[in-house]
Amino acid sequence: MEITQPACTDPVIWNQWHVISALDEVPAGVVSETLLLDERISFTATPAGEHRVWRSSIRLPAGAEIDGSAPLNGADALPVKPEYGYLWTSLGDPPDDLFPLPEYHHPRRRNMNAGSVGVATSAPRAVENFLDLAHFPYVHEGSLGVQPHTEVVEYDVEVRDGEVHATKCDMMVPKVGANFDEPVVMRYRYRVPHPYCVMLYYDSLPDPSVEDICAIWVQPMSAEVVRAHNYMGVIDDASTNTDIKGYQLLIFAQDKPILENQHPKRLPLDPRAETPIRADRSAIAYRRWLSDLGVTYGVIPAAV
Amino acid sequence: MIKLYDYVLSVNCYKQRLMMSILGVEYEPVPVDFFPGWEHKGEEFRKINPLGHIPVIDDDGYILWDAHAILVYLAAKYDPSGRWYPTGDPGLLGETASWMLFAEGTTNTASAARLCVNLGYDFDLEACQAGAHRLFRVLDEHLWFRERGGRSWVCSGDHPTIADIALFPDVVLSEEGGISRLDYPALRRWTDRVKRIPGFELMPGIFPASPGR
Repeated sequence: MEITQPACTDPVIWNQWHVISALDEVPAGVVSETLLLDERISFTATPAGEHRVWRSSIRLPAGAEIDGSAPLNGADALPVKPEYGYLWTSLGDPPDDLFPLPEYHHPRRRNMNAGSVGVATSAPRAVENFLDLAHFPYVHEGSLGVQPHTEVVEYDVEVRDGEVHATKCDMMVPKVGANFDEPVVMRYRYRVPHPYCVMLYYDSLPDPSVEDICAIWVQPMSAEVVRAHNYMGVIDDASTNTDIKGYQLLIFAQDKPILENQHPKRLPLDPRAETPIRADRSAIAYRRWLSDLGVTYGVIPAAV
Repeated sequence: MIKLYDYVLSVNCYKQRLMMSILGVEYEPVPVDFFPGWEHKGEEFRKINPLGHIPVIDDDGYILWDAHAILVYLAAKYDPSGRWYPTGDPGLLGETASWMLFAEGTTNTASAARLCVNLGYDFDLEACQAGAHRLFRVLDEHLWFRERGGRSWVCSGDHPTIADIALFPDVVLSEEGGISRLDYPALRRWTDRVKRIPGFELMPGIFPASPGR
């Protein structure tokens, strides 16, 4: 048996929970396979709706029928956490809990995976692009932004409870969601609770006492190829799931070619590597936070 | 009004939206949850198209599927000039048919690679990419000779045809499938010319061309 060194030598990332699939998209009774941190892993759902994840084994190839309730035929089982509609696993020794998301359980919230999309970039590039407001009027003209309203007004950024928070982010938005066609100035807040997960919160239009949440939880397949899982949790009685998912994926598809043309694909953490402007304060905080955490996978670490 | 069973990120649906936009045909899109819902593979959708794929059009009760077949129908019915599908010129019509078949190849290679990379389709990605490069090389050379002959389009007439519409989305989104167009300058110039056709419409992932000269 050949022993190889893992490609990911970053203990911070290795020991995280990582998302690999929406729960309702895991085929039951059959082996599915995906890539996580350059390692082939397999997963399935049992008829009882439980989930199993293990390091891929030639004895249990993708597509094979499997009774997931039986022992895994000697394959290395991996930790499993079904949370927020997604299946999370880890190759290392993950913490007990994933980041908190109490809003998920609001009785009126419609939680869904808008789609899991492959992108040829690093996870931190994907997160950073999601944090960026300045591109809205250019890349998402007519939906998330409109020219000439391109100014990003000063917003607040802080690291609180081990997470990056950007608040009071105001933007003129022509079309905030699937069935909302009136232009409004939206006040967004962003939250980065995990090196590869980012959420956007904003007051729900039908019920401003509750926040809608739109997120990408990024699965690092390798350092430069990811799957972005688009989570949506919205208060919306008017739109169909197809509308909501379609709109979210349309927005994401506009980002994708931009993301794939950013070079280098790994996010440079050295403050001198790329020149930020005032609108990039959240990106600067995110990069510094990754540096402080000691993340090395998917980034170009700052010179010491 | 024409109903188009549509998915916004599908190249084959985009071909229809582009054609109808250029021809000024009004239509009503019916969104299908292609991904991640696979609604087109479900029992309900198979009552509309038993093959379980999109696009499908419903033109006042007349149902038609298959992206390139729909282009034939739309141009034959809604282009009174007869230039997009040149039935009045046997030579040009033959060329159009030939390049439409070529476009089946670009769909099955370049656009298949895009489905692999974006949506995790279980195709042989390297084979799709290699196949796309073989076809792009042929098309690039062909377009280079067209340009030398003072022509702008895939077929030899002075007006674009449905073959240009059938090929354009497969080509212009190829980078999403990991297929660079760096080595195909004539192909790149042609994509800019298509983008300047009056009535041209974008889809996510495609950027507008500058107005040109």
